[in-house]
Amino acid sequence: MEYGLAAILLAALVAMVVARPLVLGTGEDEAGDSVAREELEAAKEAKYREIRDARLDFEMGKLSQEDHRSVDRELRGEAIEILKRLDGLDGKSPETV
Amino acid sequence: MDPRRKRKLRLVVALSAAILLAGALIYTSFSASTQASTPSDLLANAEPGRSYELTGEVADGSVDKRGEQLRFEVRDREGKATIPVTYEGVVPDPFREGREVIVSGTLEKGTFVAERDSLITKCPSKFTTKDDKST
Amino acid sequence: MAGVGSACLLVGLLTAVYAAGASLYGARTGNRAAVVSGRRAIYCMAGLMIAATVILQSAFLRSDFAYKLVAEGSSTDTPTFYKFTAMWATQSGSLLLWALLMSIFSSAVLFLTRRSLRQIAPWATAVLAVIAAFFLSLMVGWENPFATLANPPVEGAGLNPLLRHPAMMIHPPMLYTGYVGFSIPFAFAIGALIVRQTGADWIRATRKFALIAWTFLGTGIMLGALWSYSELGWGGYWAWDPVENASLMPWLVGTAFIHSIMVQEKRGMLKIWNVSLVIATFVLALLGTFLVRSGILDSIHAFGASTIGKQFLVFIGLVIAGSTALVVSRLDDLRSKARLDSLMSREAFFLLNNLVLVGLCVVIFWGTFFPLISEALSGTEASVGPPWFNRLTTPLALVLVALAAIGPVLPWRRASGRGMARAFRVPLAIAAATLVGLLLLTDAADSPPSLAMFCLVALVIAVVVQEVIRGATARRIVSGDPWPRALVGLVTRNRRRYGGYLVHAGIAVLFLGVAASSAFLDQRDVRVSPGDSFRAGGYDITYERATASLGSDTAGTGAPISFGAVLTARRGDKVETLRPKRNFYPSQDPATGAIGRFFEGEATSEVDVRWGLRRDLWAAIRPDIGELEPAIREANAKFGGSGDKVQTLVIAAIVERYRNQPPPANFRVIDSPLVSWIWIGGAIVLLGALIAIWPSPETRLRRVTSIYAARLGKELSRA
Repeated sequence: MEYGLAAILLAALVAMVVARPLVLGTGEDEAGDSVAREELEAAKEAKYREIRDARLDFEMGKLSQEDHRSVDRELRGEAIEILKRLDGLDGKSPETV
Repeated sequence: MDPRRKRKLRLVVALSAAILLAGALIYTSFSASTQASTPSDLLANAEPGRSYELTGEVADGSVDKRGEQLRFEVRDREGKATIPVTYEGVVPDPFREGREVIVSGTLEKGTFVAERDSLITKCPSKFTTKDDKST
Repeated sequence: MAGVGSACLLVGLLTAVYAAGASLYGARTGNRAAVVSGRRAIYCMAGLMIAATVILQSAFLRSDFAYKLVAEGSSTDTPTFYKFTAMWATQSGSLLLWALLMSIFSSAVLFLTRRSLRQIAPWATAVLAVIAAFFLSLMVGWENPFATLANPPVEGAGLNPLLRHPAMMIHPPMLYTGYVGFSIPFAFAIGALIVRQTGADWIRATRKFALIAWTFLGTGIMLGALWSYSELGWGGYWAWDPVENASLMPWLVGTAFIHSIMVQEKRGMLKIWNVSLVIATFVLALLGTFLVRSGILDSIHAFGASTIGKQFLVFIGLVIAGSTALVVSRLDDLRSKARLDSLMSREAFFLLNNLVLVGLCVVIFWGTFFPLISEALSGTEASVGPPWFNRLTTPLALVLVALAAIGPVLPWRRASGRGMARAFRVPLAIAAATLVGLLLLTDAADSPPSLAMFCLVALVIAVVVQEVIRGATARRIVSGDPWPRALVGLVTRNRRRYGGYLVHAGIAVLFLGVAASSAFLDQRDVRVSPGDSFRAGGYDITYERATASLGSDTAGTGAPISFGAVLTARRGDKVETLRPKRNFYPSQDPATGAIGRFFEGEATSEVDVRWGLRRDLWAAIRPDIGELEPAIREANAKFGGSGDKVQTLVIAAIVERYRNQPPPANFRVIDSPLVSWIWIGGAIVLLGALIAIWPSPETRLRRVTSIYAARLGKELSRA
């Protein structure tokens, strides 16, 4: 008896919570801009960390100068790509020299 | 060496190492393993002098401690066959009638003479089957 | 309230099924509302599990014996501390713990990724929901923690006294946090495979969970070893027991995983390897839970005795089959064009480290399941013991520590030969000096593997210290900071790297303790009377006198009767006192007699350890109460029906008898060098892991600003 009543009550509670987005909408922006932004920001952070790591390796003498230069160039190029895509989200046109 | 050959070489080395490890695994485990036998196994086809691991339950009413030596009977988990055991050495905490034990030794004239300190008793709780080789 | 608890489980199961369905529907049709609804269902499930746990724990605290679980696992005289932990000592209680942790972790990860990973997250939600549903269905269908008894007993059976130890209280929750934690990256990996987004996004989102899981699992394993050493009467910390191995295997593969995901993030390589590893880790975590629950390793015949063994096996089989099929079908998306540039690179050594770790796992797996394997292959059930495990794992462990020494020095992609030679000069010199020192000053050469391990440990620590010094120096050049500030700045700006180095150092210290204590310990088992002396290791030990106490339980475990001894141990000038005891807990079995039941119940060894940095002195006692038996029998006959007060006096008298006329007792005394460094190493590993996991201040700041920027953008576009 207690079991049945509790089950019905709890199920009703759950139903109310999960039905909300179905009824009221998700409240998210449909374009998903903030989503792409967060992912790009995370990728940007990771790329920055890689550049810093490579720099630290070079300063500690693990990488030779030419090796560091080529790695650094590659990583910065990848970082710029991410920045361009982030700018694209903001609606800015690509920066021109 | 061009990169493709280098990669092939690495693959060959890695595979050889894996095969070596697997071989060591299989060979050493089969040669170092001890066979677990129940009382009925031993009663049926035990070779005298050969080392076995006897597993089963401690039969009710069979535990008898005389000074340094402990005597008890091990019964099949599901059955009636029993073997008397004489044991000297450390007796684990959970040892009691009705508990499952593993003890190593040899069968001599119908009695299982156990190796010193080889008695292991299984913990009775359903939660864990920790073997307690404890004092 | 038990009905409410059961209702929480049933509704939880239905909610999980709904979560899976809604997420799948949303994933396939792009319906965002369905996806959000599925996510909210997971939140609800977490709430229901919390409610269920609260209900069950309050029943334990109230000693409500109408609950079957409370009646079987607790009693009114169980200390409160241990009433809490009794829940996960049982089959169904631990299933509830799994479900609780699963739902909380799932809620956390889904909350944190609610704005990102729009394509992967719904599939991940479905996977997480299915796993939760499995555990819930086990409880609803077979092992309900809220089962009630029609005739509740007056007193419960009490908690197994072996489990009344603080380490045992948190050991299962820690292990389960580890197991559950690894299900998060698993679920996101599956999601990433399904939507063919095999980049590093799923890794970035779940890395923290993998690290946290790894940390908890490792700490749980350490606590189990510590418990074994300080609570059980055999004096060892690792027995290669199937239950121990079951928790170690996922940890080993998890360690491989947290290394190789770094390679995928940096170079985009090892994608196939990574998804395979995370699947293996999760499967091993399930297997670990299953091994302890099913009794399958006692013997294949005992397997059937467990009520949930078959279901686990089916579930694990489905997970393996489904994941493998998925990986194979996505092989094209997983192949990367990047290749290993050079063997002298961090990537290469991570790969090597992975192979060794997986190799260790394979060895342990083989040994653990050997009884089943041999039965399948040869018809007879055979098993391998600790000597076999030690023989095969020692060389692999040596290689692992060597790799841990070399790895931190290497840069990514390609190392310059000259830089490496320069980098290894000092550490190799230190290792060589260690070797020479040990050969000349100690008898470490008696055990070549230990000698090798000691030198490798020195190498690892030298490398870590050097990395810190060189890094701080480099930072000083750039920032001009004084030493301490440069050091702190270095670590806080490179938490992952230096946290990881600290973990390496901790593991090295741990292996130092393991090698020294296992190769050079001195163990003696003796049977002596008061006044006798014997020698153990470097100590002269005298059995001074017997001790016996009734009703005074210093360890807080609720033991009425305690027989023990006072030992003095002399070594040169130093004198230590050891007081090992044996606690006797009353049995509930009336056949043992009203007085006798106090002596015939469970007994645990309360060992005494003199912890030290150079050596531990460990002692356990097994008192012989056989001589008391005539007195006990007489007491049963005469006072069996007497009241409590009289019985207590009688028991006290018998207890006094032991103290005044003690028979010879059996002792085990162990003198083991450097054991404490195992626990110290474990603590260092924990510290390093925490440093690596702690979010760095910059990312926190940037995440906040990006949220604001996003909100601004959204509001502007709406206006």
